[in-house]
Amino acid sequence: MSVDVEQERRPADDERRRWMGVIARAGAAGIAARLADAPPLPPHTRLRGPETGLVMVRGRAGGDGAPFNLGEMTVTRCAVRLGDGTVGHAYLAGRDHRGAELAAALDAALQHPPRRAALLAAVVEPLAAEQAEARAATARKAAATRVRFLAMETTR
Amino acid sequence: MYVAVKGGEAAIANAHAWLAEERRGDARVPEIGTDAIREQLTLAVDRVMAEGSLYDPGLAALAIKQARGDLIEAIFLLRAYRTTLPRLGASTPLDTGAMTVRRRVSAAYKDLPGGQVLGPTFDYTHRLLDFALAAEGLAPPATAEADPGEDAAPPRVTGLLAAEGLMAAEDASDAEPGDLTRTPVAFPAGRALRLQNLARGDEGFLLSMAYSTQRGYGNNHPFVGELRQGEVAVSLTPPELGFEIEIGDLMVTECQMVNQFHGSRTEPPQFTRGYGLVFGRTERRAMAMALMDRALRGAELGETAEAPAQDEEFVLSHSDNVEATGFLEHLKLPHYVDFQSELEAVRAMRAAVEAERSRRAATQPEMEGPEG
Repeated sequence: MSVDVEQERRPADDERRRWMGVIARAGAAGIAARLADAPPLPPHTRLRGPETGLVMVRGRAGGDGAPFNLGEMTVTRCAVRLGDGTVGHAYLAGRDHRGAELAAALDAALQHPPRRAALLAAVVEPLAAEQAEARAATARKAAATRVRFLAMETTR
Repeated sequence: MYVAVKGGEAAIANAHAWLAEERRGDARVPEIGTDAIREQLTLAVDRVMAEGSLYDPGLAALAIKQARGDLIEAIFLLRAYRTTLPRLGASTPLDTGAMTVRRRVSAAYKDLPGGQVLGPTFDYTHRLLDFALAAEGLAPPATAEADPGEDAAPPRVTGLLAAEGLMAAEDASDAEPGDLTRTPVAFPAGRALRLQNLARGDEGFLLSMAYSTQRGYGNNHPFVGELRQGEVAVSLTPPELGFEIEIGDLMVTECQMVNQFHGSRTEPPQFTRGYGLVFGRTERRAMAMALMDRALRGAELGETAEAPAQDEEFVLSHSDNVEATGFLEHLKLPHYVDFQSELEAVRAMRAAVEAERSRRAATQPEMEGPEG
């Protein structure tokens, strides 16, 4: 296999980072609902997990200074392998074991260019759209509570 | 000292069974679900996550139910649970500048880019009991929506001051911060450990200490430069991947208190920051944390520590309500041997005083000194 083909087979980290971020927020029910309209995922074996542990969440002093430990959060991770050796990973906030395994299986399947387009279209993009709409709805509600000051020139 | 005692197993089992019955309350009233607690007692959940130092709304709701609403007991349950889980790693420091803002206000600037966004606040409510809430099944009024306009996250107020050179810059270090859950705090603790301690400190303690600085016990004249609340993405870099991924979002509240600083030999007069960042929507705790962060930065800014709120060892050693509860409630444990020895000591002292009194009465019957 030539280097070019190898690079073509492996999605850029940016693309994989994006789908992993979308899938991590979807939850088992969200992923399963979208998978119903997608080509079936190839069978996988579990390499690790799903298992729940803690991640120490960090902040920065003053918002932009040196890091400090804010507190922990529960995180569930899973790694799976497909029959062809492709390994999929998932890390997601919370304790959703089924979601983590589905996410890892999806991550593995998405690494295969022949399947990728269909899975992106049927699963990742609709989930991304849902998440974007939820954020937009929050922004619209927030905007409705933005204060419009009157007599701004005279009150100081 | 307390000693191990045996016995009482049946009494303990019966006490716990009664506790379970009391927890359930009147069986004719529907049982509360943890999902209802998570969705409807959100600020209690947020407090338990912040002080339990574990972000997981479902676990916090379960702890609140199990603790019958005793939030400190619920915090204790969460702290105990976290010890059963392995640490998978640490997140990239949160970028609160990229927050999906639900609320963002400044008491320092009226007109600021991004505006004053009130969000779902208790502010401006009249604090009158709303009896409509006692009647179940009423749908809340529809939430208004408006065009948010520009898509960009609002800029930080501290950044606006920094652009003018009027805000002291934060330490730009990326040093690995100390972790008080791994290593006991030694003094001086430094800012990173102080912020970790304050972020999980008891809200009542933080509030009282912060209030003391406002009343003059500690030099402080703060402005809320900015208070913001909303969801922030959490990222981490799993070693097996080698690149950063987002794993979800956290609801946090951040407070930037702005304080005047008269300057020193090396620093010109400018503003300094007190910083508060907490899990959830507990705004009071974010503000108190920010005041306490600034009060405890005195040594770094050449201020003399005169008040309890400026004393790092005092504040950090007494802020944790799980530690405080443990030490206070341990007084309930059997101290039978201790107390037996105290009893004997008091009896012996009384006997000695009586003997001395009788001896004096026998030798000097005419004297009745005040020392008797």
